[in-house]
Amino acid sequence: MRFVDEFRDAEKARALSAKITSLCEPGRHYKFMEVCGGHTHTIYKHGLEDYLPESITLVHGPGCPVCVIPMGRVDDAIHIARQPGVLMTSFGDMMRVPGSGGNFFDSNAEGTNIRMVYSPLDSLKIARQNPDLQVVFMAIGFETTAPSTAMTVLRAAKEGIENFSVFANHVTIIPAIKAILDSPDLRLDGFIGPGHVSTVIGCRPYEFIAAEYGKPVVVAGFEPLDILQSIYMLMEQLHEGRSEVENQYSRVVPWDGNPVALRVIAETMELRPYFEWRGLGFISHSALRMREEYAAFDAERQYSVPGVRVADPKACQCGEVLKGVLKPWECKVFGTACTPETPIGTCMVSPEGACAAYYNFGRFTRQRVREASTT
Amino acid sequence: MCLGIPGEVIEIMTDRPDLAKVDVSGVKRAINIGLLTDDPPVPGEWVLIHVGFALSKIDEAEAAAALEFLESIGKAYEDEMAAFLESRIE
Repeated sequence: MRFVDEFRDAEKARALSAKITSLCEPGRHYKFMEVCGGHTHTIYKHGLEDYLPESITLVHGPGCPVCVIPMGRVDDAIHIARQPGVLMTSFGDMMRVPGSGGNFFDSNAEGTNIRMVYSPLDSLKIARQNPDLQVVFMAIGFETTAPSTAMTVLRAAKEGIENFSVFANHVTIIPAIKAILDSPDLRLDGFIGPGHVSTVIGCRPYEFIAAEYGKPVVVAGFEPLDILQSIYMLMEQLHEGRSEVENQYSRVVPWDGNPVALRVIAETMELRPYFEWRGLGFISHSALRMREEYAAFDAERQYSVPGVRVADPKACQCGEVLKGVLKPWECKVFGTACTPETPIGTCMVSPEGACAAYYNFGRFTRQRVREASTT
Repeated sequence: MCLGIPGEVIEIMTDRPDLAKVDVSGVKRAINIGLLTDDPPVPGEWVLIHVGFALSKIDEAEAAAALEFLESIGKAYEDEMAAFLESRIE
């Protein structure tokens, strides 16, 4: 594959690694957060930390939409699914996310009908085919996914489908980044900006990070070389005393994002005053709900949900992992009580979760490096 | 669900111009292209697909690189393709 070599060439990775090292100031330590779970996945899968000098640490951020759903929202979803005549749908990744009384599979074993779908449009089709059932789509995701929910609701409205509604759990990335910047736990030197979210929101929303917090941001692609290139761009900015937003992934991300996608979100949804994120707590204006005009498609308005805040299990340290304070392997239950087969926390559920990515790939790379350094 | 997968547009549905048939690694399914109305894709062009919607147009080189990358990550992509295979958007 000629095309692929261009992005994967180990020679190029080593050359970038050397350039990054040459920009490190002696005695200084650098911490960069990759916001997006997809990037975390690439970093562990390809052992990218091995290409970086020891003075650079990559910190994993909150950009995994499954991981940030708090237990209380899973319980709320199950509450809706238990109502008579309800068929709930959601993405496959949601099925194993634990609520306080179990996950969706456990709930189905007790009689609910929660089905996996690929797209909210598949959910709408189920509603069309089952006019005697109320089909509720549990929507999750950042701005990448919110336009799909919005388009589906607009379609349902156009067709006059009355048995379809959305339990909206869409979150917005900027308030989460701001919460991390304002958190006293963590001092970061810059951000590897998310790729797919930025295809929708563009690069401008990150400008406050550079302007107000003085930290560089580089929006990055998902290939190993994209991430190394982005780290080099961050180092270059720090070396030259700049803090700007740069777009390494311009082959996919337009600077202004996708205006149609932003328009359909704004037409159907509005910001909630606050929303609870697993591990990060309540963050102002950090999630979307359906607008009043689309109340007929809003499951939260139609079924009163308990809305009870459920604390994470004591042993689970997903919060610290999501904020980048702890590395996955530093969590007390990582790999012992909490594994991808029996996850306690959300970070172990989704393949984009930092813990699952590290469990599946990273620990082997670390092991190899440790062995190589002792022989 | 968090993945973006590249697909080649095969045809635009004549009765539903907001839908297109795409080919993802040999699997042909309908997706919605309504988010690209500012610059609609035509057959032969590549798009990045997320939960049944084309999010952006990409070129062939990017599509090939993205596909190769997705295949390298294993289970997450297998799960995504298994879900895509079940999809029947209309």
